Amino acid sequence: MKDGMTKKLKFFFQSQLEVFKGDSLGLIGAIIFACFIMMAIFAPLIAPYGPEEMIYQEGRLLRLQSPSWHHLFGTTQMGQDIFSQVIYGSRAAVLVGVLSAVLVSIIGTAVGLVSGYYGGKTDAFLMRVVDLAYGIPFLPFIIILVALTGLTFWNVVIGIGLLLWRTPARVIRAQVLSLKNRPFVEASRVLGASNFRIILFQIAPNVLPLTFSYTALAMGWAILTEANLSFLGYGDPMMTSWGKILFRVYIIQAMTIAWWWVLAPGLAIILLVLSGFFIGRAYEKVTNPRLREY
Amino acid sequence: MGKKSFIIKRIIQMLITLFLLVTIVFLMFRLLPGDPLAMYINSDMPVEVQKALMHRFGLDKPLHEQYVLYLKNLLVGDFGQSFHYGQAVTSLVAERFWNTIILMGIGIGLAYVIGCILGVLAAWKRGSKFEAISIILTLSIQSAPLFWVGIILIMIFGIWLNLLPLGGIREAGIKLTSTFEKFYSLDFLVHMILPATTLAIYYMGTPFLIMRSAMLEVMNEEFIEIVKAKGLKTWQVTFKHAMRNSLLPVVTMLTVMISFIMGGQVMLETIFRWPGIGMEIVSAVNTRDYPMAQALFIMMGVISLIVNFVVDLLYHYLDPRVTYE
Repeated sequence: MKDGMTKKLKFFFQSQLEVFKGDSLGLIGAIIFACFIMMAIFAPLIAPYGPEEMIYQEGRLLRLQSPSWHHLFGTTQMGQDIFSQVIYGSRAAVLVGVLSAVLVSIIGTAVGLVSGYYGGKTDAFLMRVVDLAYGIPFLPFIIILVALTGLTFWNVVIGIGLLLWRTPARVIRAQVLSLKNRPFVEASRVLGASNFRIILFQIAPNVLPLTFSYTALAMGWAILTEANLSFLGYGDPMMTSWGKILFRVYIIQAMTIAWWWVLAPGLAIILLVLSGFFIGRAYEKVTNPRLREY
Repeated sequence: MGKKSFIIKRIIQMLITLFLLVTIVFLMFRLLPGDPLAMYINSDMPVEVQKALMHRFGLDKPLHEQYVLYLKNLLVGDFGQSFHYGQAVTSLVAERFWNTIILMGIGIGLAYVIGCILGVLAAWKRGSKFEAISIILTLSIQSAPLFWVGIILIMIFGIWLNLLPLGGIREAGIKLTSTFEKFYSLDFLVHMILPATTLAIYYMGTPFLIMRSAMLEVMNEEFIEIVKAKGLKTWQVTFKHAMRNSLLPVVTMLTVMISFIMGGQVMLETIFRWPGIGMEIVSAVNTRDYPMAQALFIMMGVISLIVNFVVDLLYHYLDPRVTYE
């Protein structure tokens, strides 16, 4: 039994590697994502200064220095090193991104599986809930939620999880509909497998690549959402995030003089979101081989 | 099922969703921790004054009575009084609504037109440098936050080139004589260029990518071979026959995008100081003006629902093969 488990796990990881073979964009995405995770974990070792540390030179604050070898991305109005801020900002982005994406894909996959497999009234009900989730304006909902429940990192994650599951739910439901009458499912039904068992062991493994695909895409959306919230001033006050760096430039209207202050955090967001998109796309190709041609 | 009963069924579905949305908004503002009157009622106030205020806003009634009253008021379009402005919410929202709709309509319209044309061109020039560059560029823009794209455009055109206004909806001090003048004056158009361009650039990625792959798919179908055999030129085949059949997925995509577009509007209007419902909802939440926030939120939901409904109808119009079920 244990042997079988390790074999299965080995197979699982091998097939994950297989996904990125021959898909150069997917591979690039995976590498960029891995770099950001490393950056988030080892931030204190990489960043030359603390994220909020004010740097003095000969007793004077180093305000608004343009990029140089000492300060790769320049400094802020408060004399903080932007390079260090961007490094530390990856922590907020990766944490919010990964946690919300996991939450979104768990809820979305569960709803999709149940809705698609059972059909009928369950399906009709769940799909109305999906419609409702689509009708709720995403960002305003989270703004109000966070404003009422408190500006914490967890509230942002929960807010994203509460709404974004709608897309994977819809897509996975469609996939389940096409799977549930296939011969291998029929076979286990004839053998007397329970519904629960069929969903878990026959259908779920086949929608897993789709789940991963939407996990990666949801990560991108979550990171953008966190950036938007922080930019509006609803970020977690205890965290340095890319959106918050941009919020500070904007409120003192420093983009008129300090282009470097705007550029670096924005490019960091683009890179990380893009990596999620590439990874998502690589997994989507597994379920939809037609995509390989285009 | 016939066309009429399909439309009726969709309208009923939409009304049910709307009812649920309105209920969720009610519960959100009343049940979540955080007192909506916190900014309005000062805890230093005498208890009698606090009670009087609670009574004035009907907040001393039990929850179910508040809910019934809330629904009754919504039915006649009454969203109550704004805490911040001290005026009826409905008239305050109406003006901002049109500011948003005009900007959003033009921006998204442009995004769709440009995106679709680029998508067709990219599919046509399969494997060219143009295709590769346009894909990377649109993907990167889409991966940036909307407000960042806006700030970059403000930096380039507003600050360095000093060509366009940095924000706002009109020059300060201009007096309006009519509503017509408000939306058709040159000043208004000039102020709209940057925010509309931001929207167009930001949202063209989705129609572009979908159009491109739909075109590649359609180009392989048999009827295209027949049209080609008829002797039509390549551009005629591409634009007249293939493009029309590829529009379907592009249009459907709008239903998924609209909820994000409403959120994007919040960011866009905030950085361009465009007085629409997006900018207002942020200031309403900041000032804890909750009748206002509530009305704006419902308004945004209604826009999403209506767009969904219209797209559904369009879908059936565009593809005659789809049956009304």
